[in-house]
This record gives sequence, structure tokens and C-alpha cells, in this order.
Amino acid sequence: MKYDMLLLRFGEFMLKGKNRARFEKTIITQVRSLLKPYPGASLRKEFGRLYVDLGGESHTELIAVLKRVFGVMSISPVKVTPSESAQIVETAIAFMDERETEFNEGTTFKVNVRRVWKEFPHSSHEMNHLVGSPILRKFQQLSVDVRQPDIELRVEIRDQGTYIFNEVIPAVGGFPLGTNGKAMLLLSGGIDSPVAAWSSMRRGLEVECVHFYSYPFTSQRAKEKVIDMARALADHAGSIKLHLVPFTEIQTAFTQLGQDNLIITLMRRSMLRIATKLAERERALALITGDSLGQVASQTLPSMNVIGRATDLPLLRPLVMMDKQEIITLSKQIGTYDISILPYEDCCTLFVPKSPTTNPNLRIVDKIEATMRQLPEWVEQAVEQTETITLHAGENFMVINQQDEANEMKEEWF
Amino acid sequence: MKYFDYAATTPPHPDVVRTMAEIMDAQYGNPSSIHGYGERAHQLLRRARSGCAAAIDVKPEEIVFTSGATESNNLAIKGAALQYQSRGKHIITTATEHASVYESFVQLQQWGWEVTWLPVDSDGLVSAQQVMDAIRADTVLVSLMHVNNETGAIHPVAEIGARLKKEAPKVLFHVDGVQGFGKMEAKPAAWGADLYSLSAHKIRGPKGTGLLYVRSGVELTPLLSGGSQEQGRRAGTENVPLIVGMAKAMRIAAERQAEFARRTTILRDRIMEVIETIPGLVLNSRKEGAPHIVHFSYPGMKAEVALHTLEQFGVTVSTQSACSSRSAEPSRVLLSMGRDNACANGGLRISLGDEHTEEDVDLLEQALHQMVAQLRPLERRM
Repeated sequence: MKYDMLLLRFGEFMLKGKNRARFEKTIITQVRSLLKPYPGASLRKEFGRLYVDLGGESHTELIAVLKRVFGVMSISPVKVTPSESAQIVETAIAFMDERETEFNEGTTFKVNVRRVWKEFPHSSHEMNHLVGSPILRKFQQLSVDVRQPDIELRVEIRDQGTYIFNEVIPAVGGFPLGTNGKAMLLLSGGIDSPVAAWSSMRRGLEVECVHFYSYPFTSQRAKEKVIDMARALADHAGSIKLHLVPFTEIQTAFTQLGQDNLIITLMRRSMLRIATKLAERERALALITGDSLGQVASQTLPSMNVIGRATDLPLLRPLVMMDKQEIITLSKQIGTYDISILPYEDCCTLFVPKSPTTNPNLRIVDKIEATMRQLPEWVEQAVEQTETITLHAGENFMVINQQDEANEMKEEWF
Repeated sequence: MKYFDYAATTPPHPDVVRTMAEIMDAQYGNPSSIHGYGERAHQLLRRARSGCAAAIDVKPEEIVFTSGATESNNLAIKGAALQYQSRGKHIITTATEHASVYESFVQLQQWGWEVTWLPVDSDGLVSAQQVMDAIRADTVLVSLMHVNNETGAIHPVAEIGARLKKEAPKVLFHVDGVQGFGKMEAKPAAWGADLYSLSAHKIRGPKGTGLLYVRSGVELTPLLSGGSQEQGRRAGTENVPLIVGMAKAMRIAAERQAEFARRTTILRDRIMEVIETIPGLVLNSRKEGAPHIVHFSYPGMKAEVALHTLEQFGVTVSTQSACSSRSAEPSRVLLSMGRDNACANGGLRISLGDEHTEEDVDLLEQALHQMVAQLRPLERRM
């Protein structure tokens, strides 16, 4: 079927309250940025709905993209025809023709006409009949069921044209992006944190990502992997900011302490401090991590307690009660899994001690940190040296890094 | 000497040569290594992959780099057949495919596969309807070239792709795009192709490298086992300098495609007129064909004799396709189009690039007249 447009429906929250205009505007912004790679498509707003005119772009591809728009409940691919009864009937039959492979003996069916344009000469009831009877004559397998039909052919008669559709494809739902504020997410190269990012976005948070890298111990490729990850998240959000924080100095200092089993605790506290400063700078009101209770030593309750005290900001842990398998399933659905399992070392897998503590002592941790007089300075430095990049949906090649002067790739080679 | 055999191979573009030389010289890392050398090679490969993907409007992860179109065609056909043999053992192609497709099908036939060889009409074409009529419940793959390398005939790949998608969505569709890319619009994903082969040296890139587009979701049994390069779909260290050279050549070709078609069509039409006015020569290509290929026959004359004579007068053309011109057999393609032996034995191909000029065609015209004048006394019925 060659569809003409997509109809996007919002969640119920859209129908009430003063926030409505703001919510709609947010969704429109996100849809716009996701549509960027598809120049043919264009956007139209109407009361409580959005229409995307396909303009020759593939409807299957666009549905896959727009299903990700937070706050959109469902999508229907629509065929548009002039509001003239003969043409409506003809298009409806052609529409059902395309569906014929789905029909079996006993498939039930109904026509549901809505006459939005009251000047149209036939009533909805008459139109139900006018559209329904030739279809029933043509497709003998179908029988009518007005209560719970397998196929509901919906016809909306409007001034400017009539919309015919029957599929209602569920979309991601949730709150429009950013309508619940902004938070700073600690993004590692693993499976969990991208899922935490997506879950947070779905609850209406605008997410900025913070990634800690330990160049030269970790490769450029680990950084590239995380950039790819942020780009995969941008495919949901439209665009996403990524803060890349140099962490080598702090990390090396911790390894010199002779407190191997506390390294992870100390590291994570420093990460939270740096992320907190970045959050303050970027006016974000919470930190998000991919912690899942009991998964590793730093995710036991005592660890979470000691680590979490390093920040005053609310610390959100959307995955805290989820099973690993659920997280993996979600990460496959949102398209981050394949990137997560790439094998490069990152700062969280470096210098992992033989037996990290699962039960750190807050007093001891405080004491150790107090002996490291340079620590606050290093934290400041890390914030200052943070490099921020913005990734956009649909981009598919990487920002070339500027580090290797001598062996740089030359633009003219391509 | 003027070279008119661009369908066999093209002179590499000077910018491509320079790029490859610089990369060979300094960027010799193995893209699978994790040190800096490897890192940079990996980056080059990544950029090249995006560039190649953009030139044919597909996603970077859908590109598998190979050693050239022969490998791409073999991987597409045998890889798909082996992977999906549980669906059935019937495959479809035409009688006029390039040897690398043709022989892959012959091999599968020897391995117990049933092959439908679709016949072509007198213009060398198959119709979408023919393809659809050949589809059976156990059909796994349809393989078809976009543009015929001998005659320039253009197959309706977009129409076939669309109908397959609609009427037989499980059947894989492979398009051999070697002679089409850079000459006319090439958008395998939009056509509904699942697999699409390209070669670099037909578009002023280097020999020994090519690619296969593999639509996301399609699995192929690899033909080369080994390392996990190319996501395990094709083992072996990637040839980074050549691949970057191909990416560059593809970008140039894609950018210049419209201009290429415009320029070569003018020259091709003139060459066709010339051939039609010379008694004894028979045109096999049609104006609806590819803009860069003119195929004609000199019935009663062995093609090789005509070729050498033309060379004496300063122009290089080819007999049949380069890949089969050293065999003494008459052209399989021409015979399939219903031409007689005399015609099929006397087939010659002129193929153009967008560097050719009106003066080059003047020279060709003169050489054709001189050739016929010289050979006329030797003509005999064969």
C-alpha cells in the first residue's frame, strides 16, 4: 500500500491541563529532529493530533522512527482521498484489496465513518453502508461484527480530504521529552546505562550524558563506542549532549593508595561529584545511573549508600529493581545492545580489584578522601577539561577526533 | 591509441591513485589491531564504509567489503542459497548474466539446486512478469544484473524488486550493479533489492576491491572463514587503501552520474548513427540502453580480426566481455538474444567514460570506416 501520511496520537494527558500546549510543542520539536534525515516528510498539527505527510518517504521506515517519540501513543498509516463519496468508496476498496492476504474465512469487519466536515452530503450512518456493502460484496470471506471486529476500517471525512486507515500501531508512550525537567546520566560502555537513559527520557526527562574516559589506558575506540551509544540514544531523543570527562589522573591517584578493595567506591564517588558539578553548570536537577540492585559490588545496598552520599542531587536509578534479562531485552529493543557488547576496556573495567568491597564503611571512605588534598582540585580540573559534543538522530559517521596530528586522516582522501 | 573499453575496466582517477598511495605509504595499520596504527586504519575503514553507503543510499552496516564483484556475486548467490536452503532449493536468474553469476548458478546446479534460466527477448531483456511467473513456493533467490555488460540492456530492477516485495516477500533479490552504478541512478534499497554487488575498477577506482550491500536482517553463509572482519561475513584483513580508493571513486561517480549520462549519451548516439550507416555492421544495443555501451556485430568477420584491425587505426575496443573474450565460444549473451552464430562470433563492444570527447568519437568513426574498408575483401560467411 502506498500511504500518504501518518497520524500520530498523543497520550491521554494531552487532553487536559494547562501543560497541553507545552507538551505538544515538545513533541513537535522531537518529531522535527527525528524527521531531519527524511527531507520529503513534513509535519502538520491539528487539535490533539499530528500528521506527517510522507512526501514519498517510506512509511515503514518512518513508523519505526516515529514510534520512538515520547508521548506518542499510537500511529496509523493513512491513505488520503478527496472528500467525494465515489472516490471514498473506491479508495476504501483498494485499501481492503491490499489487506486481502490477512483475510480468512470468518474474519470480522466493520466500517467506522466519522464525518468531521458536516457539509458532506451523506451522514456517517449512510456512509458506513455506502462503504461497507461493496466491500462485503467483493470479499466474501468477511462478515460484519460491529462490536469486536478483527478489522476496523476507519474513514474520517474532512473538508480538505478524507482519511482512510485501519492499523493502530502502538508507540512508545510516556511523557514528552523534557517536560519533567533535565537530568545528567552517567553513561558507561555497558548494557545498563543506555537503558536507564531511555527509561528516563520516556518519563519526560531531558537527558545529558556524562562519560568518563581514561586515555591513554583506554583506546580511542572506547570513546568512539560511547559516542556511538549516545548517537543511538539520539535516534530516540532527536539529539543528545555528551560530556566526555578525562578521568585518568583521578583514577591513577586512587590506584596508588593501597586501598584496592575501595577503589571502585572511591571512583564512583568522584564520578558523582564531577557529574554534580556538570549538572549544576547545565541546570540539570538530578543524576541518573544504570545501577541495578546486587548486580556488582558497587550496586549492593551498603555500596549504594556510601556512593550516593557523594552528591546532594536526587540520584535516580531507573533500573534498580529490574532483572538483567529484562534490561537486556529492553536494550535490544532500543538498539543499544549491539554497541554495548563491543569489547573495549573503559574506565569502569580498568583496574578492577580482585575483591572489591560489597560493604564499604562510610567513615573510612571519608577519611581516605580527606587525606587526598588534591582531590577537589582534580575534580574541578576534570570538569574544566570536559569536552562536550552534541549528537543528532540519523547521523552515521563519526566526528573525527583531533588528537593525532601527525597521522591525521585527510579530508581530501574521501 | 584511444581506449574505448571502459566496461572492461577504467583508468583509475588520479585523485584516487594519490589517496591510495598516501594511505599505503603511511596508514598501513591493520584495522583489527587496537594500537594507534590499527585505530587509524579502523577509522579510515569506517569513513570509507559511510562514504560507500551514502553513494548508494544504504546504511553503513549493510556494506560488506570484498575483493571485487566476482566475490560479491559469489557471496550473494552461494551465501544466500546455503543460508536459506531450508526454504527450498530453487533459484532464478537470466541467461545473459556475467560469468561470476552464471558460473555460481552452474555450481549450485551441480550441488543439487534447481535453476530457472530466464530467456531474454531480442533486446536482451527479461520482464518483471517473466520473473514473477518463474517464482515457486520453494524459490529462494532471484539474481539479475542491472545493466548487461555486453549490450548495455537495462533490466527493470525497480519494478521486479517492488513486485517481489509485494507478491513473494520471502524470495531474496540480488542485483549485480557493476555496470549500472555511476551511469544511472542506483538505489538498491529503494528498489527492494536485498543484495547488490559493486566493483571499484569499473568506476575509475582500483582493481581488487568491491562491495556487497546486504540488507539489514539478511544473513549469508560466509564463503571465507577466518577472522571476524566485516561482522563475520567476510574474513580477511580489509584492504584499507583500496577500500578508501573505492569510497572516493564511488563518491565522484555518484556526484557526476547525471553529467556522465548526459555526456556519454550524446557520444553514444553518434556512435550508433555511425554504425548504422556503415554497410555490413549490425547494431545490437538500443538507445534505451545504458549510456556508455554500444554493442555491434560484424557478421561474417571474426571479432578478433576486427579488434586488431581497429587497433591498427588507433582505437581499442573489446570482443564480448573482457572476462570471456579469451574463449573461442560465440557470445552467450547474443545467442540468448536470438542472434545467429555469425552475429555472435562477430560481436564488438565500444564502451565510454565521461572523459571521452567529440574528437575521440571522430577518431573512432574514422577507424570504423577504415576497418570495414580493409576487411571487406576478406568477408566470408561463417
